[in-house]
Amino acid sequence: MVQIDRSGDPLGDILNGKPAQTRPGWLVQLPLPFWAVAFLLLIMPLIANNFWLFQVFGWSFILGMIALSLMFLAGYGGMVSLIQMSVAGLAGYMVAILGTSGMAEISLNWPWWLNIPVAIGIAALFGTIVGALAVRTEGIYTIMITLAVAAAFFYFTRQNYGIFNGYTGFNRVLPPPLFGVNWRDPVPFYYLTLGCAALSLAAVTYVARSPFGLALQGVRDGPRRMAALGFNVTAHRIAAYTFASVIAAVGGILLVWQNSQISPGTVGIPVVIDILVIAVVGGVKRPIGPFIGAVIYVLLRTFSPDVLTAFGLSTERFKTLIGLGFVLIVFFSPDGVLGLWERWQARRHKRRDPLGDGGTP
Amino acid sequence: MRGFVSRNPVWSAVIVLGLAILLWLILSPWTSDMEALLGRKRLFLNALFGGITLGALYFLVASGFTLIFGLMRNVNLAHGSLYLLGGYIGFEVSERSGSWLLAFPVSFVIVAIVGMILQNQVFRRMEGEELRQTLVTIGLSVVLADLMLWWWGGQSYTIQTPDWLSGPAQVPIVVGVNRAGEATYLSYPAVRIAILLAAIVIGVLMWLVLNRSRLGMLIRAGVDDREMLAASGVRIQWVFLAVFGFGAGLAGIGGIVGGTFQSLTPGEDTRFLLASLVVVIVGGMGSIPGAALGAVIIGISEQMGLVYAPTYSVVFTFLIMVAVLAFRPQGLLGRTR
Repeated sequence: MVQIDRSGDPLGDILNGKPAQTRPGWLVQLPLPFWAVAFLLLIMPLIANNFWLFQVFGWSFILGMIALSLMFLAGYGGMVSLIQMSVAGLAGYMVAILGTSGMAEISLNWPWWLNIPVAIGIAALFGTIVGALAVRTEGIYTIMITLAVAAAFFYFTRQNYGIFNGYTGFNRVLPPPLFGVNWRDPVPFYYLTLGCAALSLAAVTYVARSPFGLALQGVRDGPRRMAALGFNVTAHRIAAYTFASVIAAVGGILLVWQNSQISPGTVGIPVVIDILVIAVVGGVKRPIGPFIGAVIYVLLRTFSPDVLTAFGLSTERFKTLIGLGFVLIVFFSPDGVLGLWERWQARRHKRRDPLGDGGTP
Repeated sequence: MRGFVSRNPVWSAVIVLGLAILLWLILSPWTSDMEALLGRKRLFLNALFGGITLGALYFLVASGFTLIFGLMRNVNLAHGSLYLLGGYIGFEVSERSGSWLLAFPVSFVIVAIVGMILQNQVFRRMEGEELRQTLVTIGLSVVLADLMLWWWGGQSYTIQTPDWLSGPAQVPIVVGVNRAGEATYLSYPAVRIAILLAAIVIGVLMWLVLNRSRLGMLIRAGVDDREMLAASGVRIQWVFLAVFGFGAGLAGIGGIVGGTFQSLTPGEDTRFLLASLVVVIVGGMGSIPGAALGAVIIGISEQMGLVYAPTYSVVFTFLIMVAVLAFRPQGLLGRTR
């Protein structure tokens, strides 16, 4: 009954969230490109210099994780939530407030094994509450409500001096020197972010195949039917927000450590939109998409000044570049760069999916 | 109205009581006990009227948003950019020609044309794909914001108020009693009163057009069932174009108003987009009276918050939104579908 389709991208098929065909064999099925990419990423410190490791790859992994949490909600849950950056930012803020920072008057100096779990917990709680609000409505309303909450969170952090230290925020928020390693050094930081990104990718892939993930995808495609089958639609959606919030929170903490500071600008509306851009440009159908989007975004962000200067434009115009790129992607390929790749593959193999264009939700 | 009262006697009583208390607070001279509790009356009145004027501005911007949403199910997240564009155009026109009034038609027409291009070139190509439309407008708002930053720079502009509207006007509301026993009256910027009146006039006109004209009939029919309307021979694309242009033009006018009594800076587009979102979420998506109600509520709560709890004024707005979502997810005057 189960027919293995070799026409598509095999890496994608594995990461697609399709249930594994044979239980013990799924690890073996990981195709060659996957191992090649994994190997390349593992030995990257031998090839790339510190700037690439810390700025390009570290940042891509972090943004990818936050966008991954959006992808999980949008791709598997059908809920485009713009709150993920705020959740990540709240986790970052909590690490700064509960742990140590340059603002000695506010920071509580808790040890790392206490403040990190509490920060993730608080951020997950926040994400869950917002999710519980957002699931009362559907579709585009979700975008509007989460955007409004994200903006409110930004203005609140900017106005509140008692907890969030207003406009300045917190500086000198550093990772704990665990095992005698300074985790902000490029190579340790690279492996830290790589590890977290790989773990969250694996977690999303696993959850998507678990009974919960399958039920969530059922809720996405037919909420009424799932309700009729006895599933609690609202609970599944809220739980999805909780799970996504945890991933976003981890990303947010890493982001604070990378910048060593956090301020309202970190959770501003442009950043919130950037996360959406990353997820959509990469493709929201597969967990690997956000990471591809993040790499593209970071490369553009890092190198567009050079390109723009070469064309005689001001370096400020990279926003236009990113915005136009985003509009074009949405116009021509609703499922992002991965979708382009798939279509190209399909054309090359001259074999189309008999069930149509892949089932747009 | 009568139906609402007979259906919800308790709520109507609460609303009437609240309005009566508010009216009493506005009209009566305050005793010293009340001043101890609420601060000076002048402060309260200024916050209240400031809130209502801000609500009028929010209404101008949000009514276009909600009209477009109600008819076409298009969430135009570039609406804030249209607001800012209208403000900048108004600034240029009033600077060059020296006429504040001329800025309104010019800005309305230019922004309406931009809106029509948006409708025809973007939304029409993706009819029925709400999510993609939303994403595209987000991308466009990023591009527009950056292009406007390029053209007009990061500084803040204020549109000059014309002479005949500048300065304070006396409002026949008692603020307090001075030593000689004479009542002192509230003075309030004339331009804000003009804006408030203009918003009321526009709101009433919109209501008349929607409820009393043929175009309004088409629009209301389109809101209810646009396939059926199209099937009965109406060129619905023209109705769409007209409504989109009108909504965008209103945002452009809103930009001039905002630029006159506040200022025009690059962050304002998101601020007003957010305000429109919250207003239509609170008031009910697609409902013009809902937009008016939501705008006044949000405007007053923002100004009151600024006066009485400066740190948390954003939180009040947010809490109102949460409360509405929790108890009436379709908005105060929204309809359940």
